[in-house]
Amino acid sequence: MKKIKYSEITPEKIYKNRRSFIKSIGLGASSLAISTIPFANKSLANERDKLTSYKDITTYNNYYEFGTSKGDPYRNAQIFKTSPWDISIEGEVEKPIKLSMEEISEMFVSEERIYRLRCVEGWSMVIPWMGFSLSKLLSKVNPTNKAKFVEFESVYDPAQMKGQRYPVLNWPYNEGLRIDEAMHPLTTVVTGLYGKKLPNQNGAPFRIFIPWKYGFKSAKAIVKIKFVENMPTSSWMWASPREYGFYSNVNPNVDHPRWSQATERIIGEGVWAPRVKTLMFNGYGDEVASLYTGMDLKKYF
Amino acid sequence: MIKYFKPSIFVLSTIPFLVITYKIFFNKLGPEPVKEITHFTGEWTLIFICLTLSMSPLKKLTNLNYWVKVRRMLGLFVFFYASLHLLTYIGIDYRFSWQPIFDDVVKKKYIFVGFAAWILLIPLTITSSQRMIILLKQNWKKLHRLIYVIAILGSLHFIWLSKTIYFKPLFYFLLITVLLALRINFKRIFEK
Repeated sequence: MKKIKYSEITPEKIYKNRRSFIKSIGLGASSLAISTIPFANKSLANERDKLTSYKDITTYNNYYEFGTSKGDPYRNAQIFKTSPWDISIEGEVEKPIKLSMEEISEMFVSEERIYRLRCVEGWSMVIPWMGFSLSKLLSKVNPTNKAKFVEFESVYDPAQMKGQRYPVLNWPYNEGLRIDEAMHPLTTVVTGLYGKKLPNQNGAPFRIFIPWKYGFKSAKAIVKIKFVENMPTSSWMWASPREYGFYSNVNPNVDHPRWSQATERIIGEGVWAPRVKTLMFNGYGDEVASLYTGMDLKKYF
Repeated sequence: MIKYFKPSIFVLSTIPFLVITYKIFFNKLGPEPVKEITHFTGEWTLIFICLTLSMSPLKKLTNLNYWVKVRRMLGLFVFFYASLHLLTYIGIDYRFSWQPIFDDVVKKKYIFVGFAAWILLIPLTITSSQRMIILLKQNWKKLHRLIYVIAILGSLHFIWLSKTIYFKPLFYFLLITVLLALRINFKRIFEK
């Protein structure tokens, strides 16, 4: 199967028109499909590029802080307070900084970014996020020469986050990237969805999204970004190092011990829809494969 | 009353099947319908395993014989729901593409034990008739003790597929453990 480039999914012109397009149909944009856009290569305009409905994206996802069932985040996150919210950037940096969410939204312009999301559980969505490259934010600090990785710490607030009252994971949720991965333009700070403010259940007010990695790498409700020297142990690595590696790049050739990663189910496609083949790096190989040149991805899964 | 006991249990046992059929054809399964069907049929298989295993303890407890009269039927419903579960996985989920299915059975331990449990149900289903009981005599009882193994494999299947510590798989595991423990004749063990 041909790799689908980011630029192919969203031609720049349409990308720019998209916001007004979405606005014009309002919230009922759930039926909006990217396949209505004429493609040079028609075969690309298939099911896997159709935007997942707003309803499915916002009512069906994993966010264990609010419960382990995929309906829990929607049910339990509505009362979650996202303001005031500060994000501190610290660790191996010359001068740590602390920014409020207001400052961040003033500093950076969010644009629409349509990315595929591949969950490690074998399902996928296509999501029109609003956001900007994390590299822009990280460039506000100067890392010391010790810094090799970036660690992301999510909020710990069991009073508001029901799921954190149980030791399902080692709270607070922790994730990490290598610096070059964190600085990659595809690595996104997400602030919105479908042209609207990011809903609580999807990680508001500040989450990241790394389209070529399994969904759990994209930490939600982040409060702390830390430059570190050693590879961080993410929450999922802590829970089961055999099952969840640090890199967790989407890779159809490396099976999870409990399920195959060769294929996936597209959310919202109905009972009779077949599985589709999972793409290497979730289809973003042209952009990111060079980050892993010479690495054995079976070993560094 | 007793006359209607068995037919009522039969009708009640078909309800999960009717519910899932309704949900499939009226699109009530949410964003991941195939997973819903798989989980639904899988869980009902475990529920019927537990029900089947509850009959003889209930008989002892209540001193009423008719519990055992429905045991075989409940056992057949275990096979029925287990087969629906397997068919969902093979037919709907993997569309009979045998290579990935074969890989799963060999490589994934939870699928291996689940598949093994289903295979073990086959001899029990075949020998469930009155004629077979007469034909197999003492061996029938021995053979049908396989349900204990099946129950353990079934609950392991659920535990191993879960991503982290979940309440439900552990609940079934405990329930099955208790139901099996009730069968151990401690008196006999200690007198030896």
